[in-house]
Amino acid sequence: MAHFKKPEAGSWTEHLKIGTEPVSYEDSISPGHYERERDAIFRRTWLNVGRVEQLPKRGSYFTKELDAAGTSIIVARGMDDEVRAFHNVCRHRGNKLVWNDFPREETGGVCRQFTCKYHAWRYDLEGKLTFVQQEQEFFDLDKERYGLKGVQTDVWEGFVFVNLDDENTVPLREYLGEFAKGIEGYPFHKMTQAHKYRAEIGANWKLFIDAFAEFYHAPILHAGQYVSDEARKIQKYGYEALHYDIDGPHSMVSSWGGIAPPHDRSMVKPIEGALRSGLFGPWEFPDIGVSTDDLPPAINPTRDKRWGMDSFVFFPNFMLLIWRPNWVLTYHYWPTSYNTHVFEATCYFVPPENAFQRLQQELAVVSFKEYGLQDGNTLEATQAMLESRAVGEFPLNDQEVLLRHLHQTARQYVRDHEQRTA
Amino acid sequence: MATVFPPEFAALEPFADWAVPTEKARYAKRIASTMDELDAFYNTAFPLLRDGTEYLQGVSMADISEPDKHLLWLFCALVTVAFSVEAWRQPRVPDTGAASIDAVFEPAV
Repeated sequence: MAHFKKPEAGSWTEHLKIGTEPVSYEDSISPGHYERERDAIFRRTWLNVGRVEQLPKRGSYFTKELDAAGTSIIVARGMDDEVRAFHNVCRHRGNKLVWNDFPREETGGVCRQFTCKYHAWRYDLEGKLTFVQQEQEFFDLDKERYGLKGVQTDVWEGFVFVNLDDENTVPLREYLGEFAKGIEGYPFHKMTQAHKYRAEIGANWKLFIDAFAEFYHAPILHAGQYVSDEARKIQKYGYEALHYDIDGPHSMVSSWGGIAPPHDRSMVKPIEGALRSGLFGPWEFPDIGVSTDDLPPAINPTRDKRWGMDSFVFFPNFMLLIWRPNWVLTYHYWPTSYNTHVFEATCYFVPPENAFQRLQQELAVVSFKEYGLQDGNTLEATQAMLESRAVGEFPLNDQEVLLRHLHQTARQYVRDHEQRTA
Repeated sequence: MATVFPPEFAALEPFADWAVPTEKARYAKRIASTMDELDAFYNTAFPLLRDGTEYLQGVSMADISEPDKHLLWLFCALVTVAFSVEAWRQPRVPDTGAASIDAVFEPAV
């Protein structure tokens, strides 16, 4: 029996006009297909590479490895306060310009200029070449022509995006579409207390988005996280979302409230009862200047009283989770090959005023990590068996509608790109 | 031996090695411990956390003292150890083999 209302069409999948047939994961196990995705998706779409808080002052910078797009970039705040991005390559001999100790590791800091380790060519924060060692030895070198190669950069609600396609003409806001428009005004800037995690995952990038785009798995895979009576109850009910929606390549799921705070104290673990917190966040919400009822319209779109969190996928690899207890979690999936990727998760909270609040946040963060470890390891097992190709067709249920949408979207990008370049 | 915690929490002194400043190191210590060690730590620390809400709410993050800092680190360790004690009954998350998710950035306490 359904506990939450479905659309007139009878299912979310049919309502959103996505096929109901079994699916293939060939797009997640083929090295050739991954190469096509790199070209069609990661070198063409807007990618979120960080937040403005990572660039607190003029001269702040960080590097980002974009393996899937075959490059590394520097993101920097200039002396004019503008945020810019550049390919991380010296114009002289092609050395990676900014790195420390290990060329493939990301770095960051504050500086007035970038100096190449190789021959000390220098560039200012706007990318202009300002110094050439033994300049007189070169042949008619026009420094104006050898600035850093820029990358299209824009900022949405404090999230810094880049687009590596020089020919891209779609502005960031237009690309992000209706969900982003409906989220604008959410006070992300008040959530400056960040905890960031990173993991190397032995699975295709889409498979981990799949894992977080459905909660059908939660009552089973994560059963051990609940006290046993609660685990049994949750398995009996299973999982149903409040609402699913898609907008072009992007998608969202709106979910009911979970346990923040729980209606029954006996269903939580002792540590959760003591700290009044858990996976869904602290039971006491910090003031963010806007009440749950007055959140921007794309958040809790059905205005359901039982609402607990929304999870948005901004194609291709940026997931934004907004939780009722006024905190935010982001996921990024950075492919490194057809069957590996780097997963990043960042929890953002309003800075705690006292030690108790700090511990409430710690419990939410550590809960995420315990769940994430279970999800991550399951993925390696999935990838390995998909690659066996022993089975080629898999059924998906209505609570897995966003998986169909993600894989269809990714395949469509590849097809469209190949048609354009044929 | 010098005490590292506020006097109200003197019972934690034998577990001072759990006052670890980073989540990565706290998790590493958890998975390098036996369940007996985790239970012993939990059994002493949990009641102090449960009854310590008011004290902890009085500790301002803006001007936290050294003893309170150590107390906070220890209770952060208790948060991570609680998963082993209350949920898994083993130090490691079940079925997670060699998987790891590492903290690369966290707020300084």
